[in-house]
Amino acid sequence: MHYSLRDARFRALVFQVVALGAVLAALAYLVSNTVTNLEARKIASGFGFLAREAGFAIGETTFIVYSAADSYLRALAVGLANTFRVALVGVVLATVVGTLVGLARLSSNWLVSRLATLYVEVLRNVPLLVQLFFWYAIISENLPGPRAALNPLPGVFLSNRGIAVPTLVIESAHAWVLGAFGLGLLLAWRLAVWARRRQARTGQQFHAFWAGLAIALGLPLAVFLGAGAPSALEVPALAGFNFAGGATLTPEFAALLAGLTIYTASFIAEIVRAGVLAVQRGQFEAAYALGLHRNLAMRLVVLPQALRVIVPPLTSQYLNLTKNSSLAVAIGYPDIVSIANTAINQTGQAIEGIAIIMTVYLTISLSISAFMNWYNKRIALVER
Amino acid sequence: MKAFVAVTSALALTLAALPAQAQSTLDAVKSKGFVQCGVNTGLAGFSQPDSKGEWQGLDVDLCRAVAAAVFGDAKKVRYTPLTAQQRFTALQSGEIDILARNTTWTLSRDTSLGLNFAGVNYYDGQGFMVPKKLNVKSAKQLAGATVCVQPGTTTELNLADYFRANNMTFKPVVIEKLEEVTNAYFSGRCDVYTTDVSGLVSVRKSRAQNPADHVILPEVISKEPLGPVVRHGDDKWFDIVKWSLFAMVEAEEQGLSSSNIDQMAGSNNPGVQRFVGASGELGKMLGLDDKWAFNVVKQVGNYGESFDRNLKPLGFDRGINALWTKGGLMYAPPMR
Repeated sequence: MHYSLRDARFRALVFQVVALGAVLAALAYLVSNTVTNLEARKIASGFGFLAREAGFAIGETTFIVYSAADSYLRALAVGLANTFRVALVGVVLATVVGTLVGLARLSSNWLVSRLATLYVEVLRNVPLLVQLFFWYAIISENLPGPRAALNPLPGVFLSNRGIAVPTLVIESAHAWVLGAFGLGLLLAWRLAVWARRRQARTGQQFHAFWAGLAIALGLPLAVFLGAGAPSALEVPALAGFNFAGGATLTPEFAALLAGLTIYTASFIAEIVRAGVLAVQRGQFEAAYALGLHRNLAMRLVVLPQALRVIVPPLTSQYLNLTKNSSLAVAIGYPDIVSIANTAINQTGQAIEGIAIIMTVYLTISLSISAFMNWYNKRIALVER
Repeated sequence: MKAFVAVTSALALTLAALPAQAQSTLDAVKSKGFVQCGVNTGLAGFSQPDSKGEWQGLDVDLCRAVAAAVFGDAKKVRYTPLTAQQRFTALQSGEIDILARNTTWTLSRDTSLGLNFAGVNYYDGQGFMVPKKLNVKSAKQLAGATVCVQPGTTTELNLADYFRANNMTFKPVVIEKLEEVTNAYFSGRCDVYTTDVSGLVSVRKSRAQNPADHVILPEVISKEPLGPVVRHGDDKWFDIVKWSLFAMVEAEEQGLSSSNIDQMAGSNNPGVQRFVGASGELGKMLGLDDKWAFNVVKQVGNYGESFDRNLKPLGFDRGINALWTKGGLMYAPPMR
């Protein structure tokens, strides 16, 4: 490389350095300008507030124990955990519902395919926020108060405070059951590996799936029964204003989850349909010609090719669902945005609060992206 | 490369010092021709648009008083409806000139937000509202209740403090928009709605299907002095807002009202003479026209008129918001 602008490589390097420098300079200007202005206006800055006592209560928590005496940092962690909970469950449910609807739209049954079309066209064309208000109103306006709660199953209560369900009283035997389940899974996996190798070697098939399922479920069941089936339940009971004991699925979480799942599923349905249609008919026919059963043809020939089309846009939908969960603030689900907003208002430190929200979503989104890219690479066509 | 960044960063730092100090709020307001006032998104009695779309309320009257003092025309106000969460940022960023949105004066807000409270136009306290059919008589009976509350308010903090102090638990349902949070309460999602007592009275009167079905519990758990807020560091504007409010209080004490100030302007009382600008230079000291206080009372009315017009129809008592001469807390320093 010659240190002259006539050298293409040197020229490219110079341009890159200049561009990078300009971006960094603009960033530095913005940061320092902001700091100066905040100081001039006597607005507090910095992240010192994170260690201070939050002082506000949070309606529902996931795994993390929290009280108003805890710090802002802990409050934000509770918000983050709540965001994770709704996003994780939402992604799984949206994928299941979306796949079912997408396949239903391809069904040869006229009614089923039209219903699926209706689902997709209505739900993906109504703004998500409106849908959230709709679900929230349905739950809080139509269900009775806790003192007149519906009792569809013994121990299960349905009211405008949510669904209260009994929980298992945890004993030491349950840890053994869990351990046995883990062991069962491991054995089932070993069995599957052995069966595949044997089939490759001898051509003989073995029903590894069913045998594995029997081991994975049978082993913990045996331990459970052996320990005398400890299944004491903590049943929710009306105490004062509300149900105490058991576990409660709140209306806010239910409405948010329903809204996110149903809305995102309508997009996933179209992606799945596109993916299946992208596999040429000849592939089915070729599979049948080889003597593969319909299910096997789907699993071994069509699906691997469809997934290649499906996964990249599916990643976008997962990202959308996670980011859309920030609409929780409108219906009072305490997600990270809701908690950070409260923190911003109590401390007045908007810039720090927004920076936290942005960092959180960026991190979550990039993690999902990285995982999906890894998965996409795994299922991608291997070209030689 | 490193040197380059260092140079540009240094350059950026010097550049940052360049932006001139923003012009004074009074000059900015005068040149744009109106006062931009941040108000509640709709709290009956304090700030709410009427059937003609005109904003009405105690807080709105304060905005109008400032406009009357600055321009001699109480109509030169534009309103920005703000939620509890948006209000401080809107003021800090210069989007509004005054925040008159039933905002509680606290030490931390006064010091760390870069804001100044220009007085108190309503002395309030936090209370609880419950449906009558729950048969609750005292806030001490609320253990385990679900409570609807707006986020980012002193209310949210007092609520947690009160339940902690009394060793009770509760479930908060925190929703930002006033409409949504009161809907949640009236639909039965919560057992209790909590905010300032003035807010409870206003919401019960204006949003409940049958106001008699809801009771406000006797406990008032906090002090909530509500007042107008301006940006820190512009003392001139701070003085104007502060004294516009005081002028309304002083007028009530002097017996000056929108209906009689024209006649009273001719009186020989030196206090009234100074007030209407016939003698002394009170207006000039504020950087305003000498008839500033006359215009406030003529166009907006005194504090009592504003209270009677906006809050009395909703069932509010003067209570501690009466003049100090009548056993209340409303007190204006001498206007001389």
